[in-house]
Amino acid sequence: MLEIRNLGVKLGGKAIITDVSLELNPHDILMIVGPNGAGKSTLIRAVMQLYPYTGRVLLDGEDLSRLKPRQLAARMGVLAQRHQLQFPQTVREVVRLGRYAHQKSLFNTLDGADLGKIEAALERTGLTSLAHRSVLTLSGGELQRVFLAQLLAQDPDILILDEPTNHLDLKYQIAMFDIVKEWSRADGKAVIAVVHDLNTVFAYGTRAVLMDKGRVFASGDVDQVLTPDNLNEVYQVNVAHWMKNLMEHWG
Amino acid sequence: MKAVNPSKSATVLIYGLCLCFFAAAFLLSVSVGSISISLDETLRILVKRVFGWGTVEGISESNITIIEAVRMPRALLAAMVGGALSISGAAMQGLLKNPLADGSTLGVSSGGALGAVLFLVSGINLPFVQELGLTLTSILFSFLSLLLILGLSYSIDFQLSTHTIILTGVIFSMLTGSLTSMLVSLSGDSLKQVVFWSMGSFSGKGWHHVLIMLPFFIGGSLLLTLFSRELNAFALGEEQARYVGVNTRRVKLIILILISLLIGVSVSLSGTIGFVGLVIPHMTRMLVGPNHTRLLPASLFVGGTFLMLADLASRTLFSPAEFPIGVVTSFIGGILFIYLFYSRRNRKGGDEHA
Repeated sequence: MLEIRNLGVKLGGKAIITDVSLELNPHDILMIVGPNGAGKSTLIRAVMQLYPYTGRVLLDGEDLSRLKPRQLAARMGVLAQRHQLQFPQTVREVVRLGRYAHQKSLFNTLDGADLGKIEAALERTGLTSLAHRSVLTLSGGELQRVFLAQLLAQDPDILILDEPTNHLDLKYQIAMFDIVKEWSRADGKAVIAVVHDLNTVFAYGTRAVLMDKGRVFASGDVDQVLTPDNLNEVYQVNVAHWMKNLMEHWG
Repeated sequence: MKAVNPSKSATVLIYGLCLCFFAAAFLLSVSVGSISISLDETLRILVKRVFGWGTVEGISESNITIIEAVRMPRALLAAMVGGALSISGAAMQGLLKNPLADGSTLGVSSGGALGAVLFLVSGINLPFVQELGLTLTSILFSFLSLLLILGLSYSIDFQLSTHTIILTGVIFSMLTGSLTSMLVSLSGDSLKQVVFWSMGSFSGKGWHHVLIMLPFFIGGSLLLTLFSRELNAFALGEEQARYVGVNTRRVKLIILILISLLIGVSVSLSGTIGFVGLVIPHMTRMLVGPNHTRLLPASLFVGGTFLMLADLASRTLFSPAEFPIGVVTSFIGGILFIYLFYSRRNRKGGDEHA
């Protein structure tokens, strides 16, 4: 459904991403892995039309750059890496904005179906009891769930998650990906996730892309991409050895 | 900070109270002054003038003139300027996700003042529309200032953190302020004009000033309120606003133009009245919460009430002497600014760079 062809991004004259091609099919959970500075977040921003790029990004054959921001948001949504808020909006107010893309005119208000989706998103992320709280009083992990809820209310076809579990403890990491996995099973839905934790990639990924220095180093099935050799070369450390140590420690 | 999200009935009550305070402040403004006119006479004159009811018999000519020709337009202008500065402050804070943004802290007001002074000094003489020309120049300069300040801040710091933008604004204010003073002293005009542009005043304003203000005020604030939802999205950060589907580039440009309209017209008519756009939205947010559908209209009323009372204070506290209204607002605003700045620093452990 999503096709990235020969994407290149230059920022300030410096090539951040070179010749990246990817394809995303329905029900995919495509995991993007790579060291810091590999260009993962830049790739996401470019796909979401925030940066100028060369190459093409097609959604069901239609060029994404032709879509208006509202149309784009109705089809693709992003869970950003971090959020720093300044005003004491309530959790529900933030989640409600997820329906913005589906409100057609300036005067259009939320209807019953919209409100239903908002409450369902709050429920699904376990935020119903926090719905009246100010977002300034939440922990980093709770805040991340608020924006996941906003994204679920937005209900796009493709979810893009940029290191979504950065602030989350193990329990919520798993909970978040369980939600995402279940969501990806629905008709015409797919997920792209930038993830650092290799366990998460193996547990939830249907396919993986290993990026290095702005290029695709390897892509395909998770098992074929995340091989010890590939990881050693990209990360410059013996990843397999590191992981084995942990397992031996636990016996 | 506690979440403020009043229910529908509470919101109606708050709006009702705002309206009552507004009316009371207006009544006080036209009744109290160097010549005190009784509330009874004031009310009769107002009712006769506005609704055509009752009679003003037995009230001295001079009192009627004072209220109709002097105090009413002055109070109305103060109310509109207060509302305009407040609603544009609230919008700017949401747009930039920055609670310290305001026409005066960003240097937009001093940019507008520079434009107005340039127009005066240039000696351009437009028949009939001289004052309108002054206002339009001021609006144009406000807009250019905004673009310049934001462009400079972006180029220094892409994340547009609070500190960068405030610092840029302060430096820009000093620069334009010095240019304004230079122009005025070179032109040989009296010092009084510098004082007017740098501290603001409603002294000597009449109905034709109200007429200039009215269309900009109504148009600007009405259109701003139409973008409440977009401002709610911007308050989560520009990137997030884009992700939920806001056409950030276009909406931002429209909102900046509307803000420039409101600030520019205010500055051209009353000089730079600092910190109103900072203090009022902050207070109003504590009252109705940060949701712009409520915050913008409420700021309008609270700001109007506040500036009428500040104007009343400026002309009565040391009567018959009158001191510039900007002194009152800057004093209150300066203290609040320091408080906000420090409380935010402490909350974030001294680090608030994104």
